[in-house]
Amino acid sequence: MLNLKLKDLYSAFRDPKTIRALAGEINKEALKLKEPLYIMEVCGGHTHTIMKYGLKQLLPRSIEFIHGPGCPVCIMPKERIDHAIALANVENAILLTLGDMIRVPGSKTSLAEERSHGCDIRALYSPVDAIKVAEENPDKKVIFFAIGFETTTPMTAALLQMVEKKKLTNLYFHINHVLVPPAIEAIMQDGQAKINAFIGPSHVSVISGAKIYLPLPEKYNTPVSVSGFEPVDVMQAILMIVKQKNENRAEVEIQYSRAVSLEGNTKAQKLIEHYMQPRGHFRWRGIGDIADSALELREQYSKYDAEKVFADILPTEPIDDHKLCICGTILKGLAKPNDCKVFGTACTPKTPLGSCMVSSEGACNAYYRFGEI
Amino acid sequence: MKTIQLSHGGGGEETNDLISDLFYKHFSNEILLKAEDAAILHINETIAFTTDSFTVSPIFFKGGDIGKLAIAGTVNDLAMMGAKPLYLSSSFIIEEGFSFKELERIVITMKNELAKSGAKIVCGDTKVVPKGSLDKIFINTAGIGALKTDGISAHNIQEGDAIIVSRDFGRHGATILAAREGIELDSDLESDCETLWPAVEALINSGIKVNALRDATRGGLAAVLNEWALSSNVCIEVEEEKLPVCDEVQGICEMLGFEAYDFANEGTFILSVSKDDVEKVLDVLKEFDFSSNATYIGSVTNEKPKKVILHSAWGSRRYLELPKGELLPRIC
Repeated sequence: MLNLKLKDLYSAFRDPKTIRALAGEINKEALKLKEPLYIMEVCGGHTHTIMKYGLKQLLPRSIEFIHGPGCPVCIMPKERIDHAIALANVENAILLTLGDMIRVPGSKTSLAEERSHGCDIRALYSPVDAIKVAEENPDKKVIFFAIGFETTTPMTAALLQMVEKKKLTNLYFHINHVLVPPAIEAIMQDGQAKINAFIGPSHVSVISGAKIYLPLPEKYNTPVSVSGFEPVDVMQAILMIVKQKNENRAEVEIQYSRAVSLEGNTKAQKLIEHYMQPRGHFRWRGIGDIADSALELREQYSKYDAEKVFADILPTEPIDDHKLCICGTILKGLAKPNDCKVFGTACTPKTPLGSCMVSSEGACNAYYRFGEI
Repeated sequence: MKTIQLSHGGGGEETNDLISDLFYKHFSNEILLKAEDAAILHINETIAFTTDSFTVSPIFFKGGDIGKLAIAGTVNDLAMMGAKPLYLSSSFIIEEGFSFKELERIVITMKNELAKSGAKIVCGDTKVVPKGSLDKIFINTAGIGALKTDGISAHNIQEGDAIIVSRDFGRHGATILAAREGIELDSDLESDCETLWPAVEALINSGIKVNALRDATRGGLAAVLNEWALSSNVCIEVEEEKLPVCDEVQGICEMLGFEAYDFANEGTFILSVSKDDVEKVLDVLKEFDFSSNATYIGSVTNEKPKKVILHSAWGSRRYLELPKGELLPRIC
């Protein structure tokens, strides 16, 4: 058996010599660019890689990054967070969710605040842990507030499959799974952001395949590189994009070829399709309503659907962001975090006004934490 | 199974039995055994005085338990000021139904940890609260130490100082996280929980002028360096490549999206000393098992006062911020 250590899986992708060599190559190639490159890194994970590893400092001025809408916490509208808060307050309920969702402010309060008032709210390390919670608390209503893009959706579907298999009757799902392609399409259709290339998140394409980006080069003449999240991955993806531009090509290329194929994980896709269907509309925080941009449980699974079971207590009115918050403009690629008047003053990770600051994958949070020196 | 009852905190016969059969038995010393309302102490030196409360889940973990934390934590707070730990108080708040055997195990750990610095528990208190009022057991310790050197302060860091970390960091936080979340590791990862006074005493005895000392507990290395940069109005520049993190801790960070410098430590300290003394400091620290891998990680400059800068191995740099809020795993 191959005796691999976890370190072996990432150390080569942080190798200083390789990163320096890629930076040299990008700078050389960039001299030939006919126009500046405005690369949208769709996913907040890439924003963090760029900021955390100081990659922008290694690149020429002709390459600029536009931060995309790819953070599941950032794009969650306040009314959906209010749903989570209402569900956490259901008598005898345990609300489960992932990571930063606990901290995001809704219209009046956050899950963290509700927890301090006695609600049983827990952050899961893996969605399948929900089974254990439901089994250990048979007399409670356990509600999983499911979030995430294509990457985390199969885990929710697998969880529902396990619930069926185990015949659990006390685990409910509030589905907030959203889709990358409709969001990018909405931004491009809006036409205001000057984007002429994309870095696509590899984890999304591990599931959905690189094929989901094929319309972009066709319709908008934008190169796409589906990239991993280590610094070598991102630098190589940038080099691939610069080369495409210089060679007057606009294609979908896969940088993260160690796990991404054109078709993706068809087994996971089938599992999702079995349990979920496109939702007519989903309001993205700051961006607005995008048709078919999210998923919901299929009709035959409505007994597990928290939005249906607890419909009476869930608010329905849309709630807009704080007037001073420009998260929406940032998510549309029209502004940088430090363009915001309240960035780092009234809005900090400790006292966030907007979701881009509270989420550890948010662009504002990355700018605040890692800053430009 | 013998368990702690509410009556053990009632002040009557059962309380007396608990005190004499457990606490006096293991913490035995002539000051404590006088059993007066307060301990009478004779100290002819400048003293340092500190207190801390300890809660941890699980209470027994790889590398220690809540008792070891309660002694090492307070003794280390004194040591970090250059004070020799002398006398400690110890207050237990125990949940009704707690196992007597486990309580004894904790008390014995405390006794053993006290022996490393020679400090004594000279007074204490026990409260028992109804089941469900708290999670098993809380311990508060306060400590008095005799100052053996002066000038050690978070305000005394100077431009030109070298920053040294006593060992690889993040172990305690990673160990507790792994235990709490049931992450099974094919490794011997254990907490760094340890009494640091012997190493500090050796540093003082060697005549090295230490400008600042701090054990990197909650908030980890990131918190200490930021507090120092702020208190002394200096910039601390650290070479990311030199930061010692063991594979297991790094692995947990990679899996869950954490940073090792945000993780808590319970037996790791950071020093600021003149650059000329780096070799001498490393030589002294190498004599102790728990600090045998001490590493010189960076320097104090005036580049960006009040900020901590991390330099990557490929020539970029970024700020190292104070950790904020509870540590939550990444979503995807």
